[in-house]
Amino acid sequence: MSFKEVPFAGTVPSPKRENEGMVTGNWRTKRPVLDKDKCTDCLICWISCPDACIDQSTTGLAFNLKYCKGCGICAEVCPSNAITNVPELDYAD
Amino acid sequence: MLEDIKTLRKAPREEYYVPGHRTCAGCGPALQYRLVAKAAGANTIFIGPTGCMYVANTSYGCGPWAVPWIHAQITNGGAVGSGIEAAYKALIRKHKTDAEFPNVIVMAGDGGSSDIGIQALSGAFYRGHNLLFICYDNESYANTGIQTSPTTPYGAWTTFTPAGPVSPEGKKLFPKDLPKIMSHGHPELKYLATASIAFPVDLMNKVRRGLNAQGPSFLYIHAPCPKGWSFPSEKTVSIAKLAVDTGMFQLYEMTEDRRFKVTYRPKELKPVEEYLKLQGRFKHLRPEHIEKLQNFAQRRMQEVGIEITLLSS
Repeated sequence: MSFKEVPFAGTVPSPKRENEGMVTGNWRTKRPVLDKDKCTDCLICWISCPDACIDQSTTGLAFNLKYCKGCGICAEVCPSNAITNVPELDYAD
Repeated sequence: MLEDIKTLRKAPREEYYVPGHRTCAGCGPALQYRLVAKAAGANTIFIGPTGCMYVANTSYGCGPWAVPWIHAQITNGGAVGSGIEAAYKALIRKHKTDAEFPNVIVMAGDGGSSDIGIQALSGAFYRGHNLLFICYDNESYANTGIQTSPTTPYGAWTTFTPAGPVSPEGKKLFPKDLPKIMSHGHPELKYLATASIAFPVDLMNKVRRGLNAQGPSFLYIHAPCPKGWSFPSEKTVSIAKLAVDTGMFQLYEMTEDRRFKVTYRPKELKPVEEYLKLQGRFKHLRPEHIEKLQNFAQRRMQEVGIEITLLSS
């Protein structure tokens, strides 16, 4: 490898959808679980997530558990109590 | 021209501050970064002076930005922003690029804008560069372990201002008021506003108005820090809301004739004690200290024209 192949001044490519270099899902101690019957689709949890881990899909909101740190803001801000925090150790995966 | 966002449902779905960063769970500054990036859109360059949003985001040679980002030292966020803006203008003038002029946004912490970085910020605004300077205020030097900064409120515990027998209230000084330092005395300033993460649509609209202003614009964003302020990570947004409802933080814009226009008036003012008791950094305060903070909030509100008196309970 010659010096010409080294990126200039520590430049790295920008990620497009997710930053694979820092997967944070394993920090989580509590997992958010959505009750779809109670959800009114108001999107307050979506806009309040610091990690952009709530995706708007065609079937409703979905959590991105690969990166969710389990901070619990979504459950706290939900006006209809549709999100509960379940201890992570209740899950096998 | 970026259009105003009317409702939450109309907010852009695209993320330019993507998942995968080393900020703490429930980080207020990370949430405001995401909202700012969302509002600014794809044609944006971020300048990140040293602070939490540089240190915690750029670990191990990667970062969570889907748009260009460059690091600046904590002293010179405004200077690096000025240089990028001037270079782009020159390239466009000399027809050396057919790129559209980007949104240049400096994302500085309270240390990088009110303390160590204030000279570069003031210089950039004095010269009239077309950039948006954002100060996300988590009221301490948080990434080095919660040292006091000029915007740390009176009475807060930090590692530099521990509460003890000598100073029972912790921090003895009252904080700097950065938006008011910036608002008058920079004749080129085009737009100034304060925002809070508890009012996301309002925050995104203020970002867009700042970028539309075609000149130096300043945005001051209140961003609670679970680690530094000692509260559970899920309370970040509720505490930001409570700061506005108790008058500890005021939401306003500066109009063209340099007056402050309040953008959100709490319907009923809550006592500051409700805000203080949720945070571990204020748990040592005695009633006389809380009274001082109540007067401080009252004075700040009067300065921008919020005339609500606290109901005595």
